Order: sequence, then C-alpha cells, then structure tokens
Amino acid sequence: MDFKLTEEQMLLKEAFRDFARAEVAPHAAAWDEEDHCPVELFSKLGELGLLGIFVPEQYGGVGLSHTERVMGLVEIARYSAGLAMFIFTHQLGMAAILDFGTEEQKANYLPDMCAGKTICGLAVTEPGGGSDVAGQKTTAKLVDGKWVINGRKCFITNSHIADITIITCKTGENDKGRALFTAIAVEKGTPGFQPGREEHKLGLKGSVTGELILNQVAVPEENVIGKVGGGTSIAMKEIGEVGRASMTAICTGICRGCLEESVKFANDRVLYGKPISKLQAIQFHIAENRLDYETSELLLYKAASVKEEGFPATAEFSMAKYFSTEAAVRASKRTIELMGGYGVIDEYPIGRFLRDAMASISSGGTSEIQKIIIAGDTLKKYS
Amino acid sequence: MNIAVCVKPVPDPEKYNLLEIDPKTKRLVREGIPTIINPADKNALEAALRLKELHGGRVAVISMAPLFSQDKIKECLAMGADEAYLISDRAFGGADTFSTSYTLAKGLEKTGIQFDLILAGNDSADGATSHVPSQLGEWMELPHITNITEIEIHDGIASVKKKISDGLIEYDMELPAVAGIARNSNQPRMVSAMGIVKAKNKKIEVYTQKDLDVDEGLIGLSGSPTQPGQLLTPDMSRNAKLLQGEPAEIAAELLAIIRKAGIAV
Repeated sequence: MDFKLTEEQMLLKEAFRDFARAEVAPHAAAWDEEDHCPVELFSKLGELGLLGIFVPEQYGGVGLSHTERVMGLVEIARYSAGLAMFIFTHQLGMAAILDFGTEEQKANYLPDMCAGKTICGLAVTEPGGGSDVAGQKTTAKLVDGKWVINGRKCFITNSHIADITIITCKTGENDKGRALFTAIAVEKGTPGFQPGREEHKLGLKGSVTGELILNQVAVPEENVIGKVGGGTSIAMKEIGEVGRASMTAICTGICRGCLEESVKFANDRVLYGKPISKLQAIQFHIAENRLDYETSELLLYKAASVKEEGFPATAEFSMAKYFSTEAAVRASKRTIELMGGYGVIDEYPIGRFLRDAMASISSGGTSEIQKIIIAGDTLKKYS
Repeated sequence: MNIAVCVKPVPDPEKYNLLEIDPKTKRLVREGIPTIINPADKNALEAALRLKELHGGRVAVISMAPLFSQDKIKECLAMGADEAYLISDRAFGGADTFSTSYTLAKGLEKTGIQFDLILAGNDSADGATSHVPSQLGEWMELPHITNITEIEIHDGIASVKKKISDGLIEYDMELPAVAGIARNSNQPRMVSAMGIVKAKNKKIEVYTQKDLDVDEGLIGLSGSPTQPGQLLTPDMSRNAKLLQGEPAEIAAELLAIIRKAGIAV
C-alpha cells in the first residue's frame, strides 16, 4: 500500500494548480455571476493537456490515466466547479468514443477534442428521469442507411456548446421485450438537431445545461458508437465511472476551497485581540474541513486505483461520489458559519461553493441512488 | 546553438510569512517552506527556449541546490529544456554569490559542452543581489550584460536590450557570452502534461564536489568572502499625528508633510 503520488503526478498536480491559479481563479466569480461558460479557455486547456490526458498519444492525448484526469479536475474545481463540470462532460463523451468507438471514429474525433478545438457531450437524461435509463423515449430508426432520431433530452451539460453529442436512443427490443438502446454521435448543425431551453441553475454556473431537441435528425449509419443495442452499457459504464469520479473530483476541489478559505480567514480575522484561529471552536471547524477534504480525496483515489487495476469500481465510485458531495455541502456550510457575516457576502467565494456543492448532488445520480448501489454491492460482498 | 540556463530553487514568495532567520548563522531557515524556481530564472529559461525554436540547438539547465530540488529541475525539463545538471554536495552549502558563481562555472566546464550563451535570471527572489550573472561572466572570462529584456542572435553576436531606470540601452556582444535576464521580460510558458511526460526520459546529471575540479578555498561557506552582518527588523509601528484646526489649515499642513516626505504633489 502506497499513498504517495509519483514524482510525475506531483509535477502534474503543481502544473494544474498553477494553471488554475493563473487562468481560473481570477475569473471564477465573474463566470458564476454572469453564468458564462468560458469556451474561450478551451484551447488553453487543450494545450495544458488536461482535456485528453487519459487519451493515448496516437489520438492526440497525453497517454496517462483517469487518475491524473481527476487530479486535474480537483485543481480546476478548487476555484471553479462550473468550469470543471464543463471539462468533465467533454471528457465523458470522449471516454465513450475511446472505450467503444471504432478506430476511424477515434482518429476522426479525438485529436480535435484533446486540443480543445471541438467540444463533446453525452446525452442520456430525458424528462422522464436520468437514473431510469430504460425509461428513455428518444428513438432512432434505420432508414435507407441512416439513423433517423426523434426525441428530447434534458439537463444535458454542454447542450448548447457541444460540437459532437453522443445520444442514447431506443433502437429496438430484445427477445424478452426489453428496450435496447444505442449510442449515436450527432454533430452540431445536423438538420433537425437543436438545443432547446437553457437552464438557470442554482450552482455549477459557468457550465451550460439544457435541452436537446431531435426532430427527424438523420445521421450516417457509421455514427453508432459501440454496438447497436449497446448504448445502455456505454451510458452505465461512463456515467458510473468517469461521471461519478468527476463529480467526486469536483466536490473534493470544493472541499479544498473550503479548507483553504477557512484557514486563511481564521488566521487573518482578529477578534478579542487575536486571530480567531486561536479559538478552539474555530479549530474544530477547521479540523472537520480537513477531514472532509482528505476523506473525499482518499475515496476518490481509491476508486480510481481500483479502476486502473482493471476491476469493476462502480461501488467504489458511488461511495466516493456520495461522501464527497455531502462533504462539500457540509464543508461549505461550516465555512460560512466560521466566517460569520463575511460568509454570506459575495466578495468571498463560500456562498458559491455551497451552491456548487448542492448542485453536484443530483449529477451522476443522487445520494439515494448512490446508497442503493452501495447497499447492493455490500449485501453481496458481506453476506 | 547550445544554451545553458542557471536556475535556483527559492522559497515560494507567497510563503514568506513562514520564513525565519537563524539568529546565529543569519541564514534563512528554509525547512518546511515550499520552493519554486526563481521567477527571473523562468524568464531566462523562456528566453532560451525561444532562441532554440528560432536557431535550433539544445538547452541545458544547471543548478547548485540540495538533492531534494530535483523536482524543480524536472519542472524546467517539462517546460522544454533538453537536459539538466544539478551540483549538489554539502561542501557547497552556505555559499555566497562569489562562491556560487565559481561553482556554477566549474559545473558548466564539467559538462564538456561548448555553450554559445549562458543565461541566468537577473536576480533571485530571496537574495536579490544580482551578482551571479556578472560574476559568472568573470569566472568564465566571457562578456556579460545584466538586466536584459530582449535578446536576438545573428552572425555570432547577441544583440540585447538592457533595462535601466530611464529606458533601455542596446548592446551587441560577441558569443559566447553571459546574460542576466530581467524578471517579467517575457511570459514563461506553462508546464503542460505532455511536457511532464516527456521530462521523465530526460536526464538530470548530479555533480558532487569530487566530480568538479574545484579549489576548496573557493567553495561553500568557508570559501565565501561575504558574511552577513547585523540583522535588524525595521520598525513598522504606526506614528499617528492628529492635525487640528480649520479644514483649510489642516489641508495645508497635510500637504506640507507630504512634500517634506519627498512626494511631489
């Protein structure tokens, strides 16, 4: 057992942190206030290597793993959870192409996505629900060598900005009459394909969330990602691992933000002639912030290492996601309390951290969904 | 074209509040303080990498620092330097700029590379003496200019612009030469993930005292002619003075005080 990062990972962490301090921190509050998605930063993120860090070099990536990917997301989310949300959703679609796409699809799509020249998305959720994958109503029918798609997706991150969106569609039924879904890549500008309503969210502002409307959208047959009928496995794998790992990373970043802001404030704020960090009541808050941050990080890297070793990590990512999102809410609320009146003033980022943490709970499955997954795994493993 | 860049790991200026000075040795207590590459040295490295992009060749980084500084040297390799040399031995500890520049000159000699240009940050964020680039030039018997903001190479000549208080002076100096690069003279490139991956296969050669042909009387603390004198903490206490009278009188008195302090208003 070795809890140490490699020298390469430490350098990466530092490089991501430097980038976040220089390019993200100065603008994060404005992006939140204006609900601006910083697409203008995407090519720099490509240059940094974060977008395609887990993609092999032959497709324009850096050739590292999802562990380094989430390490980067933590550093970005430390200052802007919204930007981290935008980045990870792009990576979610890329992961689907990398894991299930054909050689041609990987060569065609991934290099530009790694470089930040094109934006990717993955659309599963529908008005009927997100976690009820089988309840999707969007259909695709093969007509004259083209998939013709009809339906509506909602709460889709990158909905209005993605150049390529991977959309899960019902394409038939199996022998038992169960619906079969297929993942199909749809490019921006395809006739009949357009974004609908853009949502105004409580938090994670700076990422775009909205509807996608598909009305007789015809795409080439070869746009299928993976096998026809294999869409559910793609959605479950990528959301279950890449998605939940990313939400954990985002909330770990929020927890670190709370920790650093609380330490800074406690050292700077003088009451009764001494910094409030000397008061035990304040120290208890700081100790709890530290625990929430470190535990979230440990669960994140444990789940990532299970995945890297090639084992199923669904339960581990569910535990990490459940703990870290709740921890981020606790830590930001606690930090607001620690800061007193200053905690609720927009000049400080803590109010934003709380909104971002709250908005993170539903993405990638609510806490209740995570508990169901954890319980299912536990009842098997420990009986 | 071969370029050497001298770099120094220094305490992170953002953590200066944690720095202490040993009252006996008068040296900085650096334990537990994170280090960074001296900011001006990053400007020097950026200048070197840009010259390499224009003229080809190799960029080598050289540093005299403790062994644990290898991660900082790796950062330079990740930025794009081709190779690195780390001079590290307890015998070199406590060196002043005279002794440091001597040791660096010996390290550069040891590489066996004929460098066309040797760059260094003009000053360090911790010592801030600006001695090393000039002293290095003297030890190596090469022309040297400090506080350079721009550098161009043509026909074996380095055309440089040196920043002075009132403007810039342009110089031409024959290569090989030593140049002190001014802080903030360029925007150092960010370290990319791919740069870090590539740095893994680049070498860092470590030189100890026995590897270098050095005169023991010129290295480390004992070889340093500069010894710190008295260390004093400046009195930063506020001295409030209450001005009384009519607003016009107070304003006139205030103006007089400001002018007396040497501020032209």
